[in-house]
Amino acid sequence: MFKKVALLLLVLVLVGAFVACAPPVPAEIKIGVNAELTGGIPVVGASCKNAAEMAVKEVNDAGGLEVGGRKYKVTLLIEDNEDKAESAAAAAQKLNTAGVLVHIGANASRNAIPASTVCEDAKLPMISPWSTNPKTTAGKKYVFRACFIDDFQGVVAAKFAINELKANTASVLYDVASEYNKGIAEIFKKTFEEAGKQVVAFETYTTGDKDFSAQLTKIRASGADVLFLPNYYSEVPLQVQQAHKLGYTDTIFGSDSWGNLELIDLCGADCEGLFFTTHYAPDIATPKAQKFIADYEAAYGKTPDDVAALTYDAFGLAFQAIQAAGKIDRQAVRDALASITKYEGVTGTMEFRGTGDPVKSAVIIQIKNGKFTYYTSAAP
Amino acid sequence: MNRRWWLPLILALLFLLSILLPHFGILNLYLQQVLMYVGINIILTISLNLVNGYMGEFSVGHAGFMAIGAYISSLLTVWVFPKSWGPFVFPLVLILGGLGAALAGLIVAFPSFKTRGDYLAIVTLAFNMIIKSVLENIEAIGGPRGFMGMSKLTNVAWVYVWVLITIFAIRNFVFSAYGRGILSIREDEVAAELVSVNTRQTKILAFVISSFFAGIAGGLFAHVLQFINPRSFTILKSTDVLVMVYLGGIGSIMGSILGASIYTILLELLRPLGVWRWVVGPLLLVILMVTRPRGIMGLREARWLLPAEEVQADAAVTS
Repeated sequence: MFKKVALLLLVLVLVGAFVACAPPVPAEIKIGVNAELTGGIPVVGASCKNAAEMAVKEVNDAGGLEVGGRKYKVTLLIEDNEDKAESAAAAAQKLNTAGVLVHIGANASRNAIPASTVCEDAKLPMISPWSTNPKTTAGKKYVFRACFIDDFQGVVAAKFAINELKANTASVLYDVASEYNKGIAEIFKKTFEEAGKQVVAFETYTTGDKDFSAQLTKIRASGADVLFLPNYYSEVPLQVQQAHKLGYTDTIFGSDSWGNLELIDLCGADCEGLFFTTHYAPDIATPKAQKFIADYEAAYGKTPDDVAALTYDAFGLAFQAIQAAGKIDRQAVRDALASITKYEGVTGTMEFRGTGDPVKSAVIIQIKNGKFTYYTSAAP
Repeated sequence: MNRRWWLPLILALLFLLSILLPHFGILNLYLQQVLMYVGINIILTISLNLVNGYMGEFSVGHAGFMAIGAYISSLLTVWVFPKSWGPFVFPLVLILGGLGAALAGLIVAFPSFKTRGDYLAIVTLAFNMIIKSVLENIEAIGGPRGFMGMSKLTNVAWVYVWVLITIFAIRNFVFSAYGRGILSIREDEVAAELVSVNTRQTKILAFVISSFFAGIAGGLFAHVLQFINPRSFTILKSTDVLVMVYLGGIGSIMGSILGASIYTILLELLRPLGVWRWVVGPLLLVILMVTRPRGIMGLREARWLLPAEEVQADAAVTS
């Protein structure tokens, strides 16, 4: 009997502790971050958290954010979504009930989409730094993002292959089990073929595969001018090295998922001279971006990756919108966000034109001497 | 003697609360969300307990059945029925999702019960992978990008009702003649056969019932999140359910209820710890399993879930 009572008490205490969670306190601005701190992509979560903390610290060190003639301190609430859809929704809901003014996150589309339905229902403005799947913002009024979408990047990659690489035939190897890779690969194929060119090999694999020789042999036999690898940085080095081993010598290029310095460590000389499309290039940075990169390096001892830069921009967008709104009100902030016509960010100039997807340009990076080097820009 | 007059009363009262508390905003949206997860996990845990606990087999593909229920019910609410019908056809849609999962369970059960133990684990594991890969490769339902467009049909009251149905169905099944057959299979399959338990049929039946409720849980899950993708139903999800089963204790419905509630709520409560949550949470599980190796309620049942005859028999033995 005692044990039963003890168990019942335990459950009651657990539930009670829940209900007792804090009510909202005004006179400060709360911004919530919903990030992948644990789970499959912890590096993304860590970059997001670092950049968020930096952005908030900068504002608070300057005395707070001035809204409607009054300075507000910014408080940051960070929730882990474990890289799980249901946890991302719960985290978003928790931030919502905690009274945040803006919800930043989640990063991977598989988490950002469930979070976006929660924010939309709650009329809570949300900015996802890194989610490139069109579904995240499609048909929603309160959901924005700081990056361009897969479709745009696929088009940029195809145009780059046609105009810069002078390719007439192309081959693609992509991860069929990942929404990101698949989306870009398909848009690339569509755009490339619409221009009257041919995709002669369209090969797939599944996340975690280590041996690509069967697909690469086919690609080599197809005689394609270029090889497009819209895959994650952890897998690209293997693919490039195996392609070279099989005697493939033509140009290989990829997408923003290459943009992690680990790529160069893993790939070595094999990736020398290759290209990829991404959000920003550190070496042609504007003064604002240079300051961001220097501050980030000083604070965390490493070069900021694209997630960090985009998170920082998501905060920049949020701050600008809150100031433009002139009051601490979700609806006003949402309206201000939607009507941003010019935001000078680390990853370029952004503008919202009626949807939650910013109009911004992409850059093409070449790997030169073991460094990511700016090659050219592509306007929308 | 009507010793259980209070039970229906409490259950009815809880049902009223599950409607009224969210309606008047006493329970905020976050707590509602967590409560719904708790309920869905309870359904998953009890249904897996039927196979892993009561029958003593080792199935690790529960998320696969959940995925089938989730996709079927979502496709029905988005494509087949008009949106405005949603709330009215929701129970029907869930049952159809459950039946789809049950059918898959049947198909898996036929070949797989030629094997036992570790081998069944591998068969169910493979099944889970097949389901995930198939879903990823069907472009019409979104492939790896997932499927969305469902309305938020799941609410606390519906989850509560389905938890009750699950408890009722599985409890009555376990204490039926068939159910005793399942228990006898766990203890000794050969002996069970000798006392004329049709072990093959019994095992298949248990597996199908278990899959049905996993499908129901999947349907509820899909209509909470309003978005499903194949990645939500990997082996990791199955593992979560396994943890809840063994935490609560095998062969116990009350154990499953406690296991699912404690695991879900504990991990939510530990949120302030940030990344350390996944160190502290599992550590508590280890401590619990060391001190109570059979789980919280291993092979024991709460009195209110036992049939009256069994309680009287117990009383007779102890007195």
